[in-house]
Formats: sequence, C-alpha cells, structure tokens
Amino acid sequence: MAAPQRLFDIRRVIGGLFLAYGLILTVTGLFDGAQEIQKAEGIRINLWAGIAMLVVGGAFLLWERLRPSDAPSPSDEQE
Amino acid sequence: MPDAQLLAAQDLRLDVNVLDYAILALYFLVVLGIGFAAKRAVRTSLDFFLSGRALPAWITGLAFMSANLGATEVLGMAANGAQYGAMTLHYYWIGAVPAMVFLGVVMMPFYYRSKVHSVPEFMRRRFNGATQLLNAGTFAVAQILIAGINLYALALIMDAMLGWPLWLSVLVSAAIVLAYITLGGLSSAIYNEVMQFFVIVAGLVPVVIIGLTRVGGFSGLGEKVKQSVLGEGGLHTWAHTAGTDNPLNANWIGLVFGLGFVLSFGYWTTNFAEVQRALSARNTTAARLTPIVAAYPKLVIPVVTVIPGLIAVVLFGNLGKDGGPTYNEAIPLLMNEFLPNGVLGVAVTGLLASFMAGMAANISGFNTVFTQDIWKAHINGDHPDEWYVRLGRIATVVGVLAGIGTAFIAAGFGNIMNYLQSLFSFFNAPLFATFIIGLFWRRMTAWAGFWGLLSGTVCAFASYILYKAGVVDFGTELNASFWGAGIAFVVDAIVSVVVTLATTPKPDSELRGLVYGLSDASVSDDALAGDAAWYRSPLVLGAGAVVLAAAFYLPFL
Repeated sequence: MAAPQRLFDIRRVIGGLFLAYGLILTVTGLFDGAQEIQKAEGIRINLWAGIAMLVVGGAFLLWERLRPSDAPSPSDEQE
Repeated sequence: MPDAQLLAAQDLRLDVNVLDYAILALYFLVVLGIGFAAKRAVRTSLDFFLSGRALPAWITGLAFMSANLGATEVLGMAANGAQYGAMTLHYYWIGAVPAMVFLGVVMMPFYYRSKVHSVPEFMRRRFNGATQLLNAGTFAVAQILIAGINLYALALIMDAMLGWPLWLSVLVSAAIVLAYITLGGLSSAIYNEVMQFFVIVAGLVPVVIIGLTRVGGFSGLGEKVKQSVLGEGGLHTWAHTAGTDNPLNANWIGLVFGLGFVLSFGYWTTNFAEVQRALSARNTTAARLTPIVAAYPKLVIPVVTVIPGLIAVVLFGNLGKDGGPTYNEAIPLLMNEFLPNGVLGVAVTGLLASFMAGMAANISGFNTVFTQDIWKAHINGDHPDEWYVRLGRIATVVGVLAGIGTAFIAAGFGNIMNYLQSLFSFFNAPLFATFIIGLFWRRMTAWAGFWGLLSGTVCAFASYILYKAGVVDFGTELNASFWGAGIAFVVDAIVSVVVTLATTPKPDSELRGLVYGLSDASVSDDALAGDAAWYRSPLVLGAGAVVLAAAFYLPFL
C-alpha cells in the first residue's frame, strides 16, 4: 500500500493558528488602555502572550519546514 | 434555583467582547476544517478507528496526555487544589507517571504487536469472548456516562461565564464533537486533542503569571496558603500520612496502594480511551514511547491546575463555603479577575476546546468498542469493511445522543472529579488486576478472566454504595475511591486464582504474543531507522520521568 502523507501536517495547523492568535493578541496588546493593564496587575499580558504565541507558532512552522516528512516509511504490511 | 447559586453564577460572568468571540470562532473553524481534511484520508476501518496506525510518537504522546486533560480534569484538579492543597499533586506524580511508564515499557509491546483494535479485543484473545463482552459493555457505559459529565460541566461553565443557556451550550458543543468525529474518526479526535492542549496552556499560563504576581510569587503564595483555611497542611504531600490527619484524610497505604498502584495503573494502562492513542502509533517503538512522551508534560501540568487552585483559595475567602462559589469555579473566577479581552478569549477557547476533547476521547473510544467488540465480535461479523466504518459513524451519533441524555446524572455531584474517580475505580481497577495476572501468569484460564473481572467490578460498586449509604466510613470521597479500587483489585485477584485452579488453561499455542515469556516469532521487527538512539529508548526516557517525579516531590514533602 502506497502510504503518502495522509493527513496534512498538524504542525502547520498549530503553527498557523498560533500565528493568527499571536497577531491578534499583539495588536490588541499594543492598544491596551490603562484599565486592561491594571486588571492584569500591571502586566501587558495581551502583548506578552501575543509575542509568545508568535514565537511558538513560528517554531512549529520552522520545525515542519526543517523536518517535512515525519511520515512512516511504508513498512511491510502483515495482512 | 436558590439565590446564593444565582449570585455565584453572576460573579462569574465574564466580560467577553467581539474580539474574544472571534478567537473562539476561529478555533472552531479550524477544528471543522481538520474534520473535513481527515475525512478525505479515511478509507478503511483501520483509518477510522486507529488513524491507519501512522502517527509519530510526539503526536500520539500529546494526544495520550490531552485525552486525559479534558476540562473536567483542569477544573476538577484546580478544585482539588483549592480543597486539598498540595496533596492534589499525588494525582500527577505517584498517581500517573509510574503507571504511564509501566504501560510504555512493559505492557505496550503486548497491546501493539498483537494487532488488536482495542483493549476488549485483547481480553478476547487472552481469555474468551465473554470477558471481551463484559469489558466492552462496562467500558461503553462508562464512556457514555463520562461524556455526559463532560457535557454537563461544559454547559454549567458556559452558562456561568458567557450566559449561554444550558440547552444551547449542550447542543452546540455536542454538534461540534459529532461533526468532527463522524467526519474524521480517531485522526480528527487526536489532531484536535493536540491542538487544544496548546491552546489551553496558552490560556492558563497568563492566569498563573498574573495570579502569582498578585499574591507575591511562590513564596508569597506559600505564606498566604498557610494563613488560609488549608493551613500548613495545604503545602505538604506526605506529611501526616501515617495517620489521616491531613487535608485528604488519606494515609500513605491508601495513597501508595490505592491511588499510586491500583487506581492509577488501572486507569492509565487499561483505559481504552487512553490506550487507543498509543495503538494508533506508527510502530512498536512509537507506541511504547506514547505514554512516556506524555509523562513529561504530565509532570508539570499542576503548574496550570493546582497552583491556580491555591491562588483561588487565597484570593477568594468564600470559595467552597455555603453561599460562595464552588471549588470547580476556581479557574473561571481567576480568569474573570485577571484576564483582559484578548487573552480572555484564548482562555475561554482553551477551556471549551478541552471539554470537547475530553468528550471526543470518550466518544471515539465508545464507537470503536461498540463497533468492533460488541457488534462485529458478538452480533454480526460478516459485513465488508466499509459497513463497519458506517456503523462506527452511527455509533458516534448514538453515543453523542446518549451523552446528552446522561449529562444530567452528573448534576447530583458537587465535585465532578470525585465522581469521575469513583467511576474509574469501578471499571478499571479490577480490569487491571485481570490484565496483569493474565499477562504474567500463563496458567490463568479463560473463565478465570471472566469471573475475576465480574466479581471485582461488583465489589467496587458495592464498596462505593456502602460508603454512600454510610455503612462504612472512608472520610473523604477521594479516600473512598482509593479503598474501593484496592478492594476490587484484591477480590478480582483472589477469584481469578481460585477459578484458575478449578479450570483447564488454554494451550500455549493460543497464547503466543499475549503473555509474558511466550513471544510470537511470526511478528516481524517494525523498527524504523533511528529508533535505536538513546533518546528514543522507552527504558531511558521512562526512567527519566520517574526520577523527575520523585525529585519534584522534594519541595512539597
């Protein structure tokens, strides 16, 4: 049985989702007013969380780029 | 509804806006997208039920852990953290890691290499059809009940946080789970589990960071916990466990034997909703690594569950008191207190996604067992493969509907986690006894498997009912589940031995590959290039996880 990569790579999905979330949060964080910052104990949490998610998302995409095929070699089928 | 409850619910109402809903909507679009993409990949029943056995260890490993990290777990463990303090850590360390490592190192080769679809199918091969049916039946019922609990808990939280009526959140979330599992089967469920894991962590980490800032870091948290209702005991795990003068009312025998051995090994090594993730791995090494890869994140998950629980008990003096919010509301309360719009949307998404992942794990376990172990094995096994894929999809629909129906059984219990734990003690402790004896004792007979399992299950039930009826007193509900599991295990073992001695064993030829010391020479080696490296050695990685777990206890003795 020829086993091509049957599912699209989840690293790409997680990476893409995190980049999108990271972007949303970073932009929101840049425009956070005093009220939002005060609620989070003085931490610009949207900004930091956004940046962290951008980094994580980027790392997943990079991983997928560097080691594209984690698919199994079509091993000998028993049945 | 009493006023107090209404007030508590209103305190929780999150200030969500369009931004948060956009984040939520984006997630579920991606989830449904995965379902459609996975549908194109599903051709055979192996694809539908076991993802075609093609996934690498890091995916199955994360799925293995996420299958357990449903929101009932997140909220329930935060609740336990607030109620019992640091002793909740036992659920992560002694109560999970050794069992996960044991599954990977010792048991997984038997599961994976025997090419079974499910745990009950293994029971049929090792024992007989009756044992398979008993196991499959109790498992199917348990999964539906637990799926119902997940749904009910989800609806309660949606109601409290977003103001959605109960019926709406039940229907919407059931519909989403239904859509992605019927479309993509296990692949879809697993991919979503991995994804929700990252999202819920991304949502909870900000809560922990801001919360710790508020209470003055770890040292400030420690100081304040000492002054809280928990007191000094809230910071220790093993102190005063010689007696029962500790927050959990449990002594070390209950902890080590009940939780650490019977409950934990029963849950992690024989619960098919978990094991199924490892069975979908691409080869034996990846299957063995699945629970071990999962053990590492499991070690640090308490940072986002137990610590928020402790922060909540410090900040909200009326938590868990009459008229105050319930312990299960610890995390939503903190989200409300700290998170501005944006991160709040991520946290809400993570929480809802994790509820659905938990339910999806139950449903995908249920549809496999129902189709393969009940229908195909005992009712009609003569249909072509596609017929069973279709039956699997129908079983998914039925399972979700039954889950909706039973959601309200969960209503009678204050602490969701306790209820889950008591269910586990009914269904998994005796199963583990039967499994482990059957694995290491070649002589154990087919009917010993059946009668041992039956009597163990009945005993677990009986001890719980006696506790509930007030006939025996175990102190706390959690302690009752430790003892119930222990009793079930011992009874199962005794009955198994007695029945074995009175019946004839199966011939060795039927047991090849199923018991310790009788390997199946016909199964070829499926190792991939690179599997020999030390960082893919189940033994090395497993030992590392156990050592870390022991080391993590040191600050909390």
